[in-house]
Amino acid sequence: MPNAPASVAVRGLSKRFGSVEALADVSFDVAPGELFGIVGPDGAGKSTLFRLLATLLLPDAGTATLDGLDLVRDYRALRLRLGYMPGRFSLYPDLTVAENLAFFADVFGTTVAEGRAIVEPIYAQIEPFAHRRAGALSGGMKQKLALSCALVHRPRLLLLDEPTTGVDAVSRAEFWDVLATLRDSGITTLVSTPYMDEAARCDRIALVQDGRLLGPPDTPDAVARAFPAPLVEVRAQRPGAATMDRVALLAALRHTPGVARAEIFGDWMHVTGAGSSGPSADEHLAATVRDALVAAGFADVDVRPVAPSVEDVFLHRMARPDV
Amino acid sequence: MRALLALVRKEIVQVLRDRVMRIQIVLPPMVQLLLLAQVMTFEVKHTNLAVVDFDRSTASARLVEAFTSTGRFGVVLDTPSPARADDALLRRQAGAVLAIPEGFARDLRSGRAPTVQLVLNAEDGAAAGVVQGYAANVLAGFARAEAATSPPAMTQRFVRARPGVQVETRRLFNPTGAYRPSMALGLLASLVSIIGILLTSQNIAREREIGTLEQLNVTPLTRSTFLLGKMLPFWALGLLELALGLLIVRYGFGVAFVGSPLLVFAAAALYLPAVLGLGLLISTAAQTQQQAMFLTFFALVTMLFLGGIFTPVRSMPAWAQAVAACNPVQHFAETIRAVLLRGATAREVAGHLAATVAFGAVVLPLAVLRYRKTAD
Repeated sequence: MPNAPASVAVRGLSKRFGSVEALADVSFDVAPGELFGIVGPDGAGKSTLFRLLATLLLPDAGTATLDGLDLVRDYRALRLRLGYMPGRFSLYPDLTVAENLAFFADVFGTTVAEGRAIVEPIYAQIEPFAHRRAGALSGGMKQKLALSCALVHRPRLLLLDEPTTGVDAVSRAEFWDVLATLRDSGITTLVSTPYMDEAARCDRIALVQDGRLLGPPDTPDAVARAFPAPLVEVRAQRPGAATMDRVALLAALRHTPGVARAEIFGDWMHVTGAGSSGPSADEHLAATVRDALVAAGFADVDVRPVAPSVEDVFLHRMARPDV
Repeated sequence: MRALLALVRKEIVQVLRDRVMRIQIVLPPMVQLLLLAQVMTFEVKHTNLAVVDFDRSTASARLVEAFTSTGRFGVVLDTPSPARADDALLRRQAGAVLAIPEGFARDLRSGRAPTVQLVLNAEDGAAAGVVQGYAANVLAGFARAEAATSPPAMTQRFVRARPGVQVETRRLFNPTGAYRPSMALGLLASLVSIIGILLTSQNIAREREIGTLEQLNVTPLTRSTFLLGKMLPFWALGLLELALGLLIVRYGFGVAFVGSPLLVFAAAALYLPAVLGLGLLISTAAQTQQQAMFLTFFALVTMLFLGGIFTPVRSMPAWAQAVAACNPVQHFAETIRAVLLRGATAREVAGHLAATVAFGAVVLPLAVLRYRKTAD
C-alpha cells in the first residue's frame, strides 16, 4: 500500500434511474489528503455519487480511480481501503456501541485495538456509552459511532454522505472539528453537505445541482470570490412597523430596475445586480437600491456592499447555470 | 473465518437480546405442537346409530350389541320403519343406519351369506370413511365371535361373502390406531420448517430495511460468507427447536420412539439447509420484511399442504404427487415418522435425505448467485 494519502480522479461519471438522470458526466479530482466537499441541495445527486464511489452502484458511463484503484475493476481491493458512512444511520440498533465497533472491525479482518489510534479522537467521546445500545444514542453520538465504524479498519479514503444531516448545531461543529483532525492525520475525505456554512470548512468544494457540477471545484474562498455580479445587503423598515416586512421589501427590491435577484439571508436581504462585479458596480447598485427603497416609502434604509458567500454563488449559478 | 464468526456471534447476540424474539421462537411453536396435535385427528369418537332390525332374533341382537359394546356406536333409534331411520339420518339425529334383513339368523345358521346394510351420512367424506372402517372392524369381530360357536365352514363363508365389509385390519407400528404420534411428528416437521424459512427470510429483509445490509456490502465480506453467517445460527436454532419438540412428543404425549432420535437429528441437520436456503432465496427477492413475509407465507402454505402431513401424498392427483416428490418438507416429515414410529434405519430413509440435500444443492447456490452486493 502506498504511504502517500489517497487521491481520487472522477471522469465523466453518469448514472440514470429509469428516466431520471441522477448524475450526468461528473468529473473532478481530489488531491491526496484533501478534505473535499460536495455541496448541493437534496436531490442534487450527492448520494448517487457517493454510492457509486463506495462500489454500491455501477456507473452507466465514466470511470473513477480511487487511491490508484479502478472503481469497477478493482472494487474488491477498493472496499478494504474505503470507509463509507451513508446518509442514513445504518448500524445495528440492538447492538451496543462497543459491539458495533468490534463487529465492523472483525468483518474487515482487523481488531478494535489495531484501529484504536485512528478512531481514538472520535471514539473517546462516545466511549462512556460503550455499553449502551446504538439505537438509544442521540443523533450526534450516532454519527460519531458511525464514523468510528467507518474508520476502524484504517481506510485511506473516507466517503461521508451528509454526515451532519439531522444533527444539532453543537454536534455539527464538533463533527467538523473531528474531520479537520482526520485530514491532519492524512486521510483523504470526501464529504457531502446541503449546508453552505459547512462548505467553508472544506479545503475545496464542488457545487452540484441536478446531477451536474456547477463549475470547477475550488477553495470555498475562491468559489465565493468568483461571484460574477454586483452584490449588496439590505435592511429597511416600513414606517411604524415593529419588524421588517420581508415580503414587501423583497417585492420592492425585485421591481427595482438594475436588480437581477433578491434573496433572504438571515436578517438581511442579498441583492444581486445585473452586469459584472467590481467595487464601483457594487456602489452603483447600492445607490440605486437605496434611492428606490426611499422612494417606495421605506424607513431606516441600510444598504452596503457585502462579500459574496458560497450560498450566493450557489443561488446565482442555480439561476444561471451557464455562468 | 473471523468475519464468519463475527456474523454468527452478532446474530446470536441479536436473537438472545430481543426478549420478544426469544419468546417468539420457542413458545408459539411449542404451544402449537401441544394444541394442534390434539386437534388434528381423524378419530370419530362417537356415532349415533339408527337400527332397523327386521330379523328380531338373538343373532341380530348380538350384532347390535357388537356395535354398541365398542363404545364408538350408540343406538339412538330402534325402529321397524326404514323411512323413519332415513328421516333420522337426514335430520342428523343419526350418523349411520344399520339395517338387518329378515332371515339374518337363519342365513347365519345355514351358512349362507347374511347381508346387512350400513347407510352413512357422508357429508364429511373423511369422517364417513373412518366410521365405515370402525363398522367393518365390528363386523369382522362379530364374524370371529360367531366362528367360535358355529361350524368353521359356515363362518368362513359368512366372512368371505362380504367383500368390502370383511376387513381384517392390523395396524402395524401403531397398534391402537392412534393419530396423535403421527400428527405430532408431522406438525413438528412443519414447525421446524416454518421457523427456519421465516427467520432467515425476515432477517435479511430487516437488514435491508434498516440499511445495515448496504453497510455490510461495502465491506470485503463475500456473498458466501455472508449467507453462511446467516444460515449457521438459524440452523442451530432449528435443531434446538427440534430437540424441544421431540421432548414434548416423547414426554408430553408419551410416544415411545422406536427408531433412533440421533438419526432424526442427523436428518434435520441435512434437511435444514434446504429450507434455510429457500428463506435466503426469498430474501434476495424481497425489498422489505412485508414482501418477504408474503413470499414466505405463500411458499410455506404450498409446501405444507403438499407435504403429506395432513393428507397422504398417495391420495393426491398425479401432478401434485410429482410436486410433493420435490418438496423437502414432505421428505423430512416422512423421515421423522418412519424413523421414530417404525424404526426405519438410515439406509431406509437415505432416499428422502438425498432428496432434501438435492433441494438444498439447488436453492443455496441460487441464493448466492441472486444475492447482489452491488445494485444496478
